[in-house]
Amino acid sequence: MRLKLRIWRQKNAQAEGRFVDYNLDGVSEDSSFLEMLDLLNEQLIDRNEEPVHFDHDCREGICGMCGLVINGIAHGPKAAITTCQLHMREFKDGDSITIEPWRAKAFPVLKDLIVDRTAFDRIVQAGGYISVNTGQAPDANVIPVPKSQADQSMDAAACIGCGACVAACPNGSAMLFTSAKLAHLNSLPQGQAERFDRAVLMVNQMDAEGFGGCTNIGECEAVCPKEISLDFIAMMNRDLLRANLMGKGKR
Amino acid sequence: MQVAVLPRSSIAKKALMAVTGAVWIGYLILHMWGNLHIFQGQAEFNHYAEFLREVGEPVFSYAQVLWIIRIVITVSLAAHIWAAYDLYMQARRARSTSYAVKRVVQANYASRFMRIGGVVIILFVIFHLAHYTWGWVTPFDRSDPYTNVIIGFSNPAIVFFYLLALAALGLHLFHGVWSMFQTLGLNSQRFDGFLRGLAVFVALVVPIGFATVPLAVLFGVLN
Repeated sequence: MRLKLRIWRQKNAQAEGRFVDYNLDGVSEDSSFLEMLDLLNEQLIDRNEEPVHFDHDCREGICGMCGLVINGIAHGPKAAITTCQLHMREFKDGDSITIEPWRAKAFPVLKDLIVDRTAFDRIVQAGGYISVNTGQAPDANVIPVPKSQADQSMDAAACIGCGACVAACPNGSAMLFTSAKLAHLNSLPQGQAERFDRAVLMVNQMDAEGFGGCTNIGECEAVCPKEISLDFIAMMNRDLLRANLMGKGKR
Repeated sequence: MQVAVLPRSSIAKKALMAVTGAVWIGYLILHMWGNLHIFQGQAEFNHYAEFLREVGEPVFSYAQVLWIIRIVITVSLAAHIWAAYDLYMQARRARSTSYAVKRVVQANYASRFMRIGGVVIILFVIFHLAHYTWGWVTPFDRSDPYTNVIIGFSNPAIVFFYLLALAALGLHLFHGVWSMFQTLGLNSQRFDGFLRGLAVFVALVVPIGFATVPLAVLFGVLN
C-alpha cells in the first residue's frame, strides 16, 4: 500500500506545532496502524530525521496508552477498538491519512502525538478508591455481590483511561471517563460507604482540571474502545445531585 | 450552605438547564393547547384571552396568576441562557485547539444544533413579544386578540419566520427532552427507548400544534 500521511509534529509542550506530509510506500495491509508508523519511523531514522513520537505500550488493546485522532475520529474509523488494534486493511491504497494528537486543554501535547493525561490520574486520586484498614485480607465471597451489580461494575471497570472520550467530545468533557471510574466502585457493596463523597470529589477534580461540560451528544460513547455506556453518565449525575442535597464531599 | 456550592460544578449547571427547560416545556404545552381555542371562533378565543387574566380569582386578583407565570418563565429563561453561556465558555476553554479534520460518528443533528437553535429561539421570543404582546409589528387592538392574530399572520414573511422558529424549537426539544432526563440522572438503558420516544412525541406535537394557527390563517381557514 502507498499512503499519503499528514502528521502533527510538535517539538515540545512549548513549541508551536504544525502538520508535516510524508509519503509512505510498501505498507502491508496486514500491519497494524502503529506498525505502519514504525515503518515510517525506521525510514525517518535512516534519513537521520527525528522519528514521529507516539504513545503505545501493550499493543493488545487493553492498556490505554495509545490513542490518535485518525482522519477526524479518535482511534480511527473502526468502532470499539484502540488505535493499536486498527489494521491497515481498513484503508485503501493511495489514501490520505491525517493523524493528530488528542486535543484538550487538560491534555497538553508533550511531543508530536503524545499528550499528558495525568489529569485523569488526579481525578482517580480524588476519590477512585475504597478506604480499607490494613490487616488480614478478608475471605473471598464474604460480601455477597449480585450478578447484575457485578456485571455493571465490570462494564464500567473496562475503561482503560485512554482519553478518546475527551478527544471526541466537542466540549472536551471527561464525563464518560469520570462516570466509569465512579460507577465501577459505586455499583458494588464495597463502594457504598464512600459513594456520595466520591461523586463530589471526583467531579470537583474533573472540573478543576479544565474539562468541559457534557451536552449528551454521545460522541464519547461512539469512539470508546471499551464501549462504556452513557448510562454511567446518568448514574454519575444522579449520584452527584443526591450528594449535593445530602451535603456530601467534605472529607 | 451546600446549595451555594451547587452552581460551581458543570453538572449542577446542566441540572439547572434541565429544570428550567422542563418549566418551559410545561409552559409551551399549555400555550399551544390554549392557542387552539382560535378554531372555536372569535368570541371563544377572545373570551379565553380574558380568562387568562381572570384565572385564579378570587384567590388571586386580576392578572396575578398571569404575572406569576410570566415571572417564572422569564427567570427560567434567564437561568437557562446563563447556564448555557457559562457551559459554552467552559467548553471553549476545554477545547481551545480544534482538529484539522473532525468527523461526527453518532451524534444526531439536533444535539449539535442546540446552541445555534437556542439563539434562533431567543430571537423568535423577542420578536413574538413585540408582535403579539406589545403590538409593535402589525396593527394591534388589545381588546381583540382574534383579529390581531388574523392580521398578524396574513403576512407570509412573518408566517415563514414563525415556522422557521418552530422547526428550531422542534430540534431543540428532540434533543432537550431526552437530554433533560439524562442530565438529571433519570435515564438508564431500561427507560432510554421510552424517553427517546417521548422526546420525538413532544418535538412533533408542540411545534405542529403551534404551526396550525399561522398556517390556518395564511391559507384562509381562519379569517
